[in-house]
Amino acid sequence: MNAPYASPAHRPASAAAVAAAAKKLDAHVRAIVSWHFSPATGSPFWLEWARKARWNPAKEVKGFKDLLRFPNFADDLLRDEPNERWVPKAYAKRPYMIFETGGTTGMPKQRVSWQDHLIDYSEFSLTLEDRYFPKNSHWLMAGPTGPRRLRLAIEHLANIRGGSCYHLDLDPRWVKRCLGKGDYAQAEAYKEHVVDQAITILRNRKNIHCLFTTPKILEAMAERTSLVGLGIKGVFCGGTSMTPQVVRFLSEEVLEGKAQFVPTYGNTLMGLACSLPVSANDGWSVTYHAPQPRAVLRVVNPDDATQDVAVGAWGRVELTTLTKEFFMPRLLERDEAMRKQPTARYPWDGVADVRPFGAQSGKIIEGVY
Amino acid sequence: MSAIHIPALRFGVPYRSVDTLSTTGAQVSQVNSGLIRRDMLRIADAAAELQDIPSKRLLAICHDAGEFFLSGRVPVGDAGQEQTADDYVRQTSASCGLPHALVRNNMGKIAHVLLEMGAILKGLTRGLDLSVLDAGMGEQQGVPVSFYRTADSLGVVLPSNSPGVNSLWIPAIALKVPVALKPGRDDPWTPYRIAQSLIAAGCPRSALSFYPTSHEGAHALLAAAGRSLLFGDASITKRYAGDPRVELHGPGYSKVLIGADRIEGWRDLIEVLASSVAANGGRSCINASTIIVPAHGRELAAALARRLAEVIPRDADDPQAVLAGFANPVMAESINAAIDHDLEEPGAIDLSAQARATPRLLQHQGRTFLQPTVVFCQSSGHALANREFLFPYCSVLEMPQDEMLSRIGPSLVVSAITDDHAWRRELLASPLIHRLNLGAMPTSHVHWDQPHEGNLFEVLYRRRAVQTVA
Repeated sequence: MNAPYASPAHRPASAAAVAAAAKKLDAHVRAIVSWHFSPATGSPFWLEWARKARWNPAKEVKGFKDLLRFPNFADDLLRDEPNERWVPKAYAKRPYMIFETGGTTGMPKQRVSWQDHLIDYSEFSLTLEDRYFPKNSHWLMAGPTGPRRLRLAIEHLANIRGGSCYHLDLDPRWVKRCLGKGDYAQAEAYKEHVVDQAITILRNRKNIHCLFTTPKILEAMAERTSLVGLGIKGVFCGGTSMTPQVVRFLSEEVLEGKAQFVPTYGNTLMGLACSLPVSANDGWSVTYHAPQPRAVLRVVNPDDATQDVAVGAWGRVELTTLTKEFFMPRLLERDEAMRKQPTARYPWDGVADVRPFGAQSGKIIEGVY
Repeated sequence: MSAIHIPALRFGVPYRSVDTLSTTGAQVSQVNSGLIRRDMLRIADAAAELQDIPSKRLLAICHDAGEFFLSGRVPVGDAGQEQTADDYVRQTSASCGLPHALVRNNMGKIAHVLLEMGAILKGLTRGLDLSVLDAGMGEQQGVPVSFYRTADSLGVVLPSNSPGVNSLWIPAIALKVPVALKPGRDDPWTPYRIAQSLIAAGCPRSALSFYPTSHEGAHALLAAAGRSLLFGDASITKRYAGDPRVELHGPGYSKVLIGADRIEGWRDLIEVLASSVAANGGRSCINASTIIVPAHGRELAAALARRLAEVIPRDADDPQAVLAGFANPVMAESINAAIDHDLEEPGAIDLSAQARATPRLLQHQGRTFLQPTVVFCQSSGHALANREFLFPYCSVLEMPQDEMLSRIGPSLVVSAITDDHAWRRELLASPLIHRLNLGAMPTSHVHWDQPHEGNLFEVLYRRRAVQTVA
């Protein structure tokens, strides 16, 4: 009899593995909190926060559960606070990189970084299969560029795997602005412009076997040509939520069942949550696991974010980032997901079938037509 | 019958999606927008297959499909289940809320279009010899004519209000244009049964695609199809205003206007008015939502309210049932709350509330109903003066006859009850009226040789000049 799991990686984690991961997380939490809340190493923002809060996280936080003493992180702080306020004293003399997230108009949210994006993608590289993402082959980065860390991170990923990375210009803020104004024709024209750039590169440069892009651009590229025919063997995708049907369609039809489709969930604040291998055996459902202990994802009760929902239930996604460069406790993401049990590959909670928070709420329609 | 899963149809071939949505009685596959776009890249092949079938044969296929639709057993679901006509009535009633009697009524309208496709096309094409469509050219009244298809596909974004609207897209098959249908959430049954009836009658599968999908999928369909019919509220249709590829079917804001010459006989018109407001459960865009009179407004509104108070919730299988329930009770509650809210604005009175002993919102046999509501408004500027809801609702306004045409706004159907020749000429000249009924005729009355809204032949074909060497 076959095991009822899509792959060995999908097997539930053993109790011992879960306990070991939790222990490792608690130790990491103690180290990171101590780092950010100690005068010798901490950042001005968090040191001042602790003074006002009248408790000392460096001493009182013993493990991950103690982070519930922090309120949900207000992401406006990343827009309003000067970036210098987030710099740990230990890094005070090192110029930092600034990466942005989202944004259409006004001041965007920013975070400082030195090595985090490189570490995240080096770790992610270890999860890629060489037969689909061949070493020493080139990549095409057909995703958002500009002030996003993806621009550098994908190039780093290509480089550490022995290849180079081709790029194109893609400003998602322009697309958002077009859609916001109801200018769908302009948004469509911009998508065509992006796809033109991508296909031109693929047709004129050899040895590009790996692609990073978003689901929409991937679909649009494949409406013009066979990506497999142009040599693509693996696609690493991120950027928007994907239903199981979309994942199946991209795998079976867009990539013709020949190239591997690797969905990820991530952003500038988290790093990269990896998925277990997707397949029909698992109903094409995508479960992501945070790059723990550097980041932790919880699925929480939307009405009381201190409470986890039960395994198998839907809730809002909460992110905690825990690196020496950046500490961000309990940010409520604008996504909801189903909580999944720890697995053999990732012995901590997963988040499945991520979709925009509130996606299931309805609207009232007036009129008869 | 075992649990039904209604699959998508990709060129007529069942496709079970991983994503599903529940409607009463079935799980329905939901396809993603990219899948629709990808399929539509190949739709020209389906059009070519349909083009090769003589029109005469297509008419025969439609006729046979009409019989299958009306009384046959056709496949439903993807597990080998079959659906009888009675199954269809029960299932559609359960998911849409229409009583069985109205579903059967709508079924008859759809079957009529299939059975009488020759006559329908005669109306749409103004008597064109259909062999012209087979050959691309021919003669009409001794003059050479040529028509060409403007599109390889007709996309149709359907509502759930009433099955009858499906009759509008069916002629596309006989006009050699494949269809890609996005069903309304609560009525996957009707377009699926029509498609299966056509397939059973010999229509090429490739001509019939059925894509239950999200709003995003609907937009993908509208962007990819050569021509489309879009049923939806203003929030959806406004994106396509001015797009010549898309024929919009938004709220109708249909009206009855009574002329000064006929108003003294208003008591004799109550049945016409009641039928205009409440036929088909008040669920059609051709139902009147406003009645405008030059005098006796309040009295007429009160009498109409009393007449419509006789229309009460009944069991779904009661042959007398005319009122439709709401599959989604929240929608009924929201509409009810919206009307109550606007009644707080001075200048309007709910005369139905005085005419019946029960509240507008009512539960009956576990289903939620909104009972007919007639509101007399003192001014055309009142919030309730020009509204349209998914149940028998109408406002009654009083204004001088010579102001009516400047106040009605865009109206899908106007029934103008007048013998005033000069005013009739003004009504005929009005660009605001899509369909004009002259005389004491309900707005809901349809002659199929007078296309309901738009003309599908004109949407799908264009005439070209043609000259040949003798």
